[in-house]
Amino acid sequence: MIAELVIFIILGTVAVATGVAVILSKNPVHAVLFLVINFFSVAMFYLVLSAQFVAFLQILVYAGAIMVLFLFVVMLLNLTGAIESVQDKLPAQKWVGLALGIALLLEAGVVTAAGVFRQVPAAPPPSPNFGTSAPVGVKLFFDYLLPFEVTSVLLLIAIVGSIVLARRRTY
Amino acid sequence: MRIPVDPSDWLILIPEFILLGTAIAILMIDAFAKAASDRSSPWISLAGTAGAIVAAVFLWGNPLSGFGGMIVNDDFGVLVSTAILTGTALAVLISVDYVRREELPAGEYYALILLSTIGMLLMVSSANLIMIFLSLEVLSIALYVLTGFARMRPRSQEAGMKYFLLGSFSAAILVYGVALIYGATGTVDLQSIADELISPGVLGNPVLLAGAGLVLVGLGFKVAAVPFQMWTPDVYEGAPSTVAAFMSIGSKAAAFAALVRVLIFAMGGLRPEWLAAVWVIAALTMTVGNLVAIAQDNIKRMLAYSSIAHAGYILVAVAAANRLGLQSIPFYLIAYAFMNLGAWAVVTAVTRKGEEAVGLSDYSGLFWSHPVLAGSMGLFMFALAGIPPTAGFTAKIYVFMAAVAADMIGLLIIAIVTTIISAYFYLRVTVIMFMERPAEPPVVTVPTPLAVAIAVAAAGTIWLFLFPGVTQSFTDTVARLL
Repeated sequence: MIAELVIFIILGTVAVATGVAVILSKNPVHAVLFLVINFFSVAMFYLVLSAQFVAFLQILVYAGAIMVLFLFVVMLLNLTGAIESVQDKLPAQKWVGLALGIALLLEAGVVTAAGVFRQVPAAPPPSPNFGTSAPVGVKLFFDYLLPFEVTSVLLLIAIVGSIVLARRRTY
Repeated sequence: MRIPVDPSDWLILIPEFILLGTAIAILMIDAFAKAASDRSSPWISLAGTAGAIVAAVFLWGNPLSGFGGMIVNDDFGVLVSTAILTGTALAVLISVDYVRREELPAGEYYALILLSTIGMLLMVSSANLIMIFLSLEVLSIALYVLTGFARMRPRSQEAGMKYFLLGSFSAAILVYGVALIYGATGTVDLQSIADELISPGVLGNPVLLAGAGLVLVGLGFKVAAVPFQMWTPDVYEGAPSTVAAFMSIGSKAAAFAALVRVLIFAMGGLRPEWLAAVWVIAALTMTVGNLVAIAQDNIKRMLAYSSIAHAGYILVAVAAANRLGLQSIPFYLIAYAFMNLGAWAVVTAVTRKGEEAVGLSDYSGLFWSHPVLAGSMGLFMFALAGIPPTAGFTAKIYVFMAAVAADMIGLLIIAIVTTIISAYFYLRVTVIMFMERPAEPPVVTVPTPLAVAIAVAAAGTIWLFLFPGVTQSFTDTVARLL
């Protein structure tokens, strides 16, 4: 129990810190690299939750394929100069956002400290092969077959949409 | 060996499959016979939509549930689907000449309209939070692309980008809500959530309340409720008029169906908790939508605020959460499909290439050069304001009756006062069209498909006023779901 808590705190710190670093980095390449670390720490979360299969998918798909794509795009576009020249038209909103964010954090802290979240009943321990590829596959192709199929429509839309928007030839 | 699904489960999805087949056929024709596709794709999509309407009506009165309760077919869903498909058919009709005029890629345009409609129909019949999220993504991503479809116009690109970013945030908020609801109840199935809510330990769970609140925000974004409406005017103004027309019906109707399923069917036991939030959102939506609409000089922005305001009236029916409210929602959506698409059809007729001539002044004296067009616009404005003899009047009366039955007098008063305020800017359009005499008459052409769309919309607007009983008897069966 204690070990789990320690791991959670370490992973949580890394995830939050890298997440903040992603949006604070001025250099897009640094931001993308912080995102890789963030994805890895999220994958570790999945491992702690005994969802091994999802953890490895997270590393393969996000930290692997998608991040490489990101890096390619960032390097091809060479955005460094463009970012510096972006002007914030509403500088006040930064402070309003900060104030609201702190208020939300305080609220969440007070609610948590008051102990209301302890009402949540503890989940039963997972079955021995929980989180391996077999039960995930069975879930996906039996209980969640329809969402799985609908995803194909979603991908079709994404393909058609990106081609339409990116194609050079105009009509 | 388990069989993944009962073959009969696919029956529920016949309308979606017809649309999917049509969309793929259009894409294929577009890939291999470009010239033929530009001419034929609107008519193919119209045929597909008609087929989907027939299939949806065929499913009427057959309460079905499929894929382990992932989707359901009930009379509420069929009625809302009919509203959506009517909107799609009319949007395709008004697009025929618009797409040609603006030189948009026809094949992809109609395919994306149909694919987005699939997402809308799926969202209407979703009985599972995962399905609601997925179908929301299907309909939204197609709409993001369609909004930025006029690539040569910076306004359209800006609107597409804005819609995409804000929409992604709202989808993320929705998913967060779904995760919290799952954490509190241990299920994403709406029926199981309703069963879970009977136990008092779950009912007062703050995690569940936070989840319900976040889902309300995510869906509130889609229906353009205040304070999640920021995107609406910019997106409606920048998007091609036909796309704005299409999304003002479809995504609103689909999101309202999901809202009804989540708030009333699944979380009806939680109504004392969510009522205050929905009450405030409804009141704000009606007030802000109608008041800001007064200040608009651009007809597209005015219609955007009008669509925000109408979301407020439907939210009153959601807040009522009684038999009358449940009946009035599909009726309101069908009536809104006719009157709002009619108004957008006229806007499409008056705008010129490159989305020019969208100011209210461009309508000045329209009656003297195009009496029929101006007359129908007047009818649609009357309908949107809720003045008889139009469907808009009947729809509003139903919503008001639902509010009375639910004892929500405060909300009723706000609804009536804002309706009176709204008459000002709707009637102003009419006054501009009929009373002013322009120096030079506006150049307006009304192609045949557009004229047909306006005629159908006008006929529907009056028909639903004269014979509300037809839909009334349908909606009666909807009320039994409660």
